Amino acid sequence: MKLLALVDCDNFYASCERVFRPDLKRKPIVVLSNNDGCVIARSKEAKAMGIKMGIPWFQVKTAYLAQGGKVFSSNFALYGDLSKRVMNILDGMVKKIEVYSIDEAFLDLRHIQQPSQAHEFGIYCRNTIHQWVGIPVRIGIAPTKTLTKVASHVAKNKSNGTGVYCLSNKEQITHILKTLPIEEVWGIGRRLSQQLNQLGTYSAYDLMQMDIRFIRKKFSVVLERTVRELRGEPCIQIEDNVDPKKQIVVSRSFRGKIENLNLLKPLISNFAVRAGEKLRHEKQKCSQVSVFISTSRFNKKLQHRGYHSFQFPCPIDDTRSILMGANRSLNTIFRSGYPYAKAGILLSHFSNPTCIQRSLFEATDQESFKQDTNLMQVIDGLNSYQTQIYYASQYPAGSSPIQKKMVSPKYTTNWWDLPTTK
Amino acid sequence: MTINYLGSISANDLPASFTKFFVEPVSVGFPSPANDYLESPIDLNKYLIKNGAATFLVRVSGDSMLNANIADQAILIVDRSLKPKHGSIVVASLDGDFVCKRLQLKPRLCLMPENTKYEPIYVQHGQDLDIMGTVTAAINKFE
Repeated sequence: MKLLALVDCDNFYASCERVFRPDLKRKPIVVLSNNDGCVIARSKEAKAMGIKMGIPWFQVKTAYLAQGGKVFSSNFALYGDLSKRVMNILDGMVKKIEVYSIDEAFLDLRHIQQPSQAHEFGIYCRNTIHQWVGIPVRIGIAPTKTLTKVASHVAKNKSNGTGVYCLSNKEQITHILKTLPIEEVWGIGRRLSQQLNQLGTYSAYDLMQMDIRFIRKKFSVVLERTVRELRGEPCIQIEDNVDPKKQIVVSRSFRGKIENLNLLKPLISNFAVRAGEKLRHEKQKCSQVSVFISTSRFNKKLQHRGYHSFQFPCPIDDTRSILMGANRSLNTIFRSGYPYAKAGILLSHFSNPTCIQRSLFEATDQESFKQDTNLMQVIDGLNSYQTQIYYASQYPAGSSPIQKKMVSPKYTTNWWDLPTTK
Repeated sequence: MTINYLGSISANDLPASFTKFFVEPVSVGFPSPANDYLESPIDLNKYLIKNGAATFLVRVSGDSMLNANIADQAILIVDRSLKPKHGSIVVASLDGDFVCKRLQLKPRLCLMPENTKYEPIYVQHGQDLDIMGTVTAAINKFE
């Protein structure tokens, strides 16, 4: 039997915050969304205190802190680095891996024949990641991707503390699926599960028993695949992650609403600069820069959403060009008097930078082209430790209206933030 | 004469046979005789780090390990994948703080400083000790 595994990091962001803070062992930890708005990750202890996923921070703040809970703004530099380490370790253990998200990966276990060996491999995997990086993971092993999701769900609750669960024989699968509500199945949303409930389908087992032709006719091929996967027929393959990115987005929502163009412009410039760094890091060039702004969806009286794209005649990766395009787009869509709550920038229409089609009317001065490239390299280099060079249209350090007050140090990506011994 | 700007075309819209023109100069002249012998420059990462995924950098504060050539503000290379042995220099967390000491497993569990100014730390029952990793190198900067 061919087996797959799903490796899923436990409460990933909260676990990351703990790696360099041994004093927070067994303490409740929550991590907040980008603007310190909502709770987006909770440690086991915070969950036990009844803190719900996605709840606005101000609602729980007082009670949570009074009970000794710890809180962090999100620190994606840290989470990204630790995630990369986990994925690298997994990559070295199997032939094929699909990094599914920052904290999940599917593994192809074709080198393993017996379920008992797979279980052993899972335990080895889990121990290695915990020892090497300090992140706890759970592992679900099964013949299909959809079933690995189920197995991982089981591993969370009842795996006798091993964090590994192998779902491989028929009786076992039937037994587990009978107790699994249909909305817990991978790829089945609330709407779909309501429709299925109306047909008398409540458990994953009920779904598995349904007639395939009926499903395909009444619903979709996608649901048919889910049903087949629950039956143990692999339909969704493991995909190697080779596709380069197709677009880059930098966006934030802010608590203090912005009505003034002069306050919004520097913010968009900050996003443009960050997007430019990402673009050059990916070694891409883009020929479209788009800006979007919107008011809060809770503000029913004054609503406006704006979106505009600026096209470049030939692909660019120079921050100054991105700033120019972003600025023009913003001027086109901005309307005064609206309290904007969210804004962002999107770079798209990428092309391979080794093979660039030049514009006929563009100056093709080789020397100035080289100088521009060098300038960007120097600025990226200077700003890689700490932002030292700002573009004139940006918010200078510390004055951005985006709140991120409780962010932890970048322990693994910044020389000034390394953990220190006492 | 009038010129009408008819809009731009993106590289994706062009037929496959469209010839792309390049403005990179092509070097002519005699190739460098060193080309065949090009080697990559010395890489300190390779020398200092065996297992990148498991290696973390930690800054030292204090002089308790001076006799092991670890000065104040040195950067430690800490490998979490190596099993700490009796006599290894380790970074450990003791009651919630990171410390760098020499690990002594016998006759009793102890974190040994390398400076006579400091007392050995005998780990008591009920104290919370975790070895984070083994120190494989220390970088002291002089200037």
